[in-house]
Amino acid sequence: MSRFLAKRLVLAFVTLFCVSIILFLVAQVMPGDVGRAILGPYATEVQVRALDHQLGVDRPLLERYSTWLGGFMRGDWGNSFLLHRPVAAIAFDRLYNSLILGGFALLLIVPTSIGFGVLAALNYGKWPDRVISVAGLSLIALPEFVTGIMVLVIFAVELGWLPASSHVPSVNPLDWFRQLLLPSIPLMFVLFGYISRMARTGTIESLRSNYVRTAILKGLPRRTVIWQHVLRNSLLPTITVISVQTGYLVGGLVVTETLFNYPGIGKLVLDSAVQHDLPVLQATVLLVAVLYMALTLLADVLYTLLNPRVRLAA
Amino acid sequence: MSTPQPLASLPQSGALAIEHLTISYLRRDRALPVLTDVSFHIEPGEAYGLVGESGCGKTTVAMAVMCYLPANARIEAGRIRLQEVDLTTAGEAQLRSLRGNRMAMVYQDAGSALNPSLTIGRQIAEVYRFHGGLDAAAATDAAAAMLETVQIADPARMLRRYPHELSGGQQQRVMFAMALATNPDLLVLDEPTTGLDTTVEAEVLDLVARLRSKFSASILFISHNLGIVARMCERVGVLYAGRLIEEGPSREIFSDPRHPYTLGLTRCVPNRIMRKDANRLDPIPGSLPPLGLAVQGCVYAPRCPIARARCREEDPPAFISGPRRVSRCFYHDEVPSIPQSAEALPSSPANGASEGDLLRVERLSKRYGAGANQVVALDDVSIELEAGEVLGLVGESGSGKSTLAKCVVGLLDASGGEIDFAGRKLARLADWREPQLRRKLQMVFQNPDTTLNPSHTARRILTRAARLLSAGGSAVDRERRVTSLAAAVQLRPHHLDLKPSFLSGGLKQRVAIARAFAGSPALVLCDEPTSALDVSVQATILNLLVDLQTKQRVAYLFISHDLGVVRYLADRIAVMYLGQIIEIGPAQEVFSPPHHPYTEALLSAMPAIDESQGPRIKLSGTMPNPANPPSGCRFHTRCPRFLGDICRERNPPWQEDREGHRYRCHIAPADLGPAQREATSSPAGDNNRPRAETSP
Amino acid sequence: MPAPLPAERPGEILDAGLKSASELSGLASGRAREVLRALWRSKTFVIGAAIVLFWVLDAIFWPLFVPYDPEGLVSPATLQPPSAEHLFGTDDLGRDIFSRTLAGARPTLTVAPLATAIGVAGGILVGLFTGFYRGLADDIAMRVVDALLAFPLIIIAVLVISILGPSITNVILVIGIVFTPIVARTVRSAVLVERQREYVAAARLLGNSDLYIMFVEILPNITGPIAVEITIRLGYAIFTSATLSFLALGIQQPSPDWGLTISIGRVFLQTAPSEVLFPAAALATLIVGVNLIADGLRQVLEE
Repeated sequence: MSRFLAKRLVLAFVTLFCVSIILFLVAQVMPGDVGRAILGPYATEVQVRALDHQLGVDRPLLERYSTWLGGFMRGDWGNSFLLHRPVAAIAFDRLYNSLILGGFALLLIVPTSIGFGVLAALNYGKWPDRVISVAGLSLIALPEFVTGIMVLVIFAVELGWLPASSHVPSVNPLDWFRQLLLPSIPLMFVLFGYISRMARTGTIESLRSNYVRTAILKGLPRRTVIWQHVLRNSLLPTITVISVQTGYLVGGLVVTETLFNYPGIGKLVLDSAVQHDLPVLQATVLLVAVLYMALTLLADVLYTLLNPRVRLAA
Repeated sequence: MSTPQPLASLPQSGALAIEHLTISYLRRDRALPVLTDVSFHIEPGEAYGLVGESGCGKTTVAMAVMCYLPANARIEAGRIRLQEVDLTTAGEAQLRSLRGNRMAMVYQDAGSALNPSLTIGRQIAEVYRFHGGLDAAAATDAAAAMLETVQIADPARMLRRYPHELSGGQQQRVMFAMALATNPDLLVLDEPTTGLDTTVEAEVLDLVARLRSKFSASILFISHNLGIVARMCERVGVLYAGRLIEEGPSREIFSDPRHPYTLGLTRCVPNRIMRKDANRLDPIPGSLPPLGLAVQGCVYAPRCPIARARCREEDPPAFISGPRRVSRCFYHDEVPSIPQSAEALPSSPANGASEGDLLRVERLSKRYGAGANQVVALDDVSIELEAGEVLGLVGESGSGKSTLAKCVVGLLDASGGEIDFAGRKLARLADWREPQLRRKLQMVFQNPDTTLNPSHTARRILTRAARLLSAGGSAVDRERRVTSLAAAVQLRPHHLDLKPSFLSGGLKQRVAIARAFAGSPALVLCDEPTSALDVSVQATILNLLVDLQTKQRVAYLFISHDLGVVRYLADRIAVMYLGQIIEIGPAQEVFSPPHHPYTEALLSAMPAIDESQGPRIKLSGTMPNPANPPSGCRFHTRCPRFLGDICRERNPPWQEDREGHRYRCHIAPADLGPAQREATSSPAGDNNRPRAETSP
Repeated sequence: MPAPLPAERPGEILDAGLKSASELSGLASGRAREVLRALWRSKTFVIGAAIVLFWVLDAIFWPLFVPYDPEGLVSPATLQPPSAEHLFGTDDLGRDIFSRTLAGARPTLTVAPLATAIGVAGGILVGLFTGFYRGLADDIAMRVVDALLAFPLIIIAVLVISILGPSITNVILVIGIVFTPIVARTVRSAVLVERQREYVAAARLLGNSDLYIMFVEILPNITGPIAVEITIRLGYAIFTSATLSFLALGIQQPSPDWGLTISIGRVFLQTAPSEVLFPAAALATLIVGVNLIADGLRQVLEE
């Protein structure tokens, strides 16, 4: 098992290396003239040249890349053009806020969607299955900005139950719901669709398997068959989907944080993009990719620990 | 002629009684009958066999008995009684108390039948906890005891293992342990050994035989293999297209069939004395009627050699055709006198010696991976093959048969050694070989479902082959070539315009054979070409291969796990074990002593319907891990004639028995021959040294 | 090796198991007619197809139906609720929302299919070659694919478009390029299954070229997973391009694009919700329609 995980870890690092190259190419090479891209068309040639020199983008590519990557790994991510603060401090601050929002959404929606997915599978082809499947399909279809605006109108504007603009909550659990419920609803809708669908598929597959037939033909009670024999195997693929979708969640955060004015990393990405704050943009995007890789790795580890077939493989 | 007598009037007591069972599957809006008026019963402690080809409804019977039919199945009529309980009306709660308790089931592919994420111990203990009311500790103890009963070594350790850590044979033993845990009244076995290797199959069947003396369960034994059923069961029923067409004691039903279909089944398998140059196989003409086809009269009439007008009009009732025997044939009296329909072959393929070798494989090796995980799939393999000769290649899974074929044909890149073909040295991969050599060396594959491209019609497949293999020619030439190829493999013209999904398994294999023959090959490698086919279809394919060989003087390297088929077809035979050739020689020599102890074991494991079973040579343990083959003689860990340290330490030499027959063993022919001849005449068990089960 | 017998479990023959997209391969085009018939019977597919067809026809022919110029300031009364004159009301500039909603289908149904086409074409090529040849090139390609997949689609789109500047072309290119590795992955896993099949070995023994085997032997047998992937990607493309418009990184004013309209209208949500509600409903129905097609297709192809 450790060898399997070691291999995964090495692969993850190779992938991260590719990630950094892609990011570097996109952010530093694609614009052609970085200084012009940041300052816009109205800056003078002298200003652009000065900025280019300040950023070091007038140096050779390879050198720029190694400086940038080395800096990133040492935690020296440069300074924000606009906020004039170290990028690392801003990014981690915002990341922490986003983790609270994302974690809240996941905590609520993962058990719910697995539950409904399994419920649908156990009632395969009957009305609960139809309702859950169609609901899941429709919820996937609604972009976060649409659902976000809807809940904003209904609960913040019309009913006035919850604030239209969310802050980072205090430790009070009531405050968690008050601040985070609205911005997390758009995220949860999309997650529900994917996770419940995977849980349903996995469970149906398991229900049709030979080992479940064996369990039934052993005369085991239905509860035992489902809890011991079906779910143990059917939820394994769901783990992978959850990790992938958690990565996706970060994309959703861009929209929902903007909409609810929540100071998270998604909003930071968008703001820095719109304002051409390149150091911030570059670092946060890389941070998001690292986070995603870490999540996939975590899912792999979990999957391995729960699956004896992989766990015990020589 | 005897008077018709309905089956139901036979004594219908017993552990299990099925009465007039009719089952349909609903497909879209139609009900397609799969079982029609099936009645039989099983006495307490009796083993009843149910045989038939695929699609005849065997498994539906098993699932109906366990009350586990698919959701779209409907019991139209009839009853299934397990002693006093009518299973067709039993409720869920009642079924739960019956299943796994009073009736249990073991089926094909134990690997998928066990839960991959629970330990063996837990899965067996469950049965004791729910049906025996034992607590966790007591249930685990009982599970360990049961593992001992099914002859699994070191039960305490085995309890903590997961299914994937067990060999196929061990997995099936665990299934038996689970099924017999509650000492059930009825044990349903649905192809319990299909997919296992011959020697493992023999072990499992031995186990079943032994367990029968310990447990009192009646057995419903379902199999496509007549030999196994003949050996395991007291009585047998033959299913055809959902109807029980004949029933009787197993000895009599196969030696003296009273239904033309049963007769056809026994005749299409090659028996011990049949050889391709003397006897043709006798296939059953036509094919199984499709599911749900409404048939007037006897369902077998379209394929029956003695069918008359009456057979096409009236459905034959069950006739008493002998003591304890029933046949659904109006003319069951005439069945014994039905002549062999197939004529003997006029010419025998001459062993035109002195032509020189067509194929010479020297010291071929194939290794996968590196370091500690290196697997040696082929180790120092040398064979030679003359023009027009058939070399049979036998051995169990993992022995390297297919690897050898793929290296020869150039689909795999050999790691060492040389291949000479038609006097030329062959490049390792097909892509690098000259076109004229490539077209002389073709292959027929095992799986009819994947051997043809599903999106191309048969005509397109053959036209492409003709274009690439028969060098040039105009479009008209190619068309003519395709027509003649199709005729050679007895394909009808309308088959040519169909895509593979509309062709039956046998027809698909014919297209595949035609494709291989498009360039008039000198050598065709056949990798288990009939193993996925039913026996009646297998017979036609084997006949076809023999015809092509005689007419075109092509040589075959014929791989099969079925020794009966190899004996029928091969001029010479090579036996492989763990990547090595351990015996090679003329077919008759290999099949008679002295021969390698492994060959001896393989032969004794063959189930047959036409002779009384001799004593069995039992192999202990499982195939060792090819990444870590045993030292000395590779077979020593399982050898029934194990000598001692010499086998463990020293590589065995080739022993030359007679001209062209040699085997790899420390025992010389002069000693081995007499010992093996004696073994076949002495009672069972003498030469069997019990040995602990070793796991890979 | 003894082959397991052909499955005789009636359940397996008569009702289909659920399979993943990569297992869908082997779909014979001989079944094409059968598949079409099954699609026609599938309620999911037919409803989805009807919805999508409606929007496609609308995207082409809207100039024939709209009562007003969608970009014209046609009413002095802004932010009006629905009325007989303006079915969906008017927006903040006095434009007719009904006309704008109908016209808004065109930009969406231009961007999304083009982006999907780029992604699918690229994905098929990359997937076919990497899956067929394996080896080092495959390993490298798969690492790059993994790397691209590590960026959430929206994030990478935001990044690239902020650098290249917002335009329809850039939106199409970014979505198409990001889709390429995703499609490649699906195609590759289907190719990996197919290349193990014996007909590929047989084709090789006949001496067919690699390109022939890839495009003539293998490709027709993986059309099933590709078809499913196309519909799924199309749904995502609509979703993403709308989101980019909403973030002001996609199509620009005065286009009646739905995402853009919603983004502008959200300021007036309290007083005049129709400027948001109608385009939102239009967008939602279109994506639901595409997803229904994907779902129906998957169900049918799994049988």
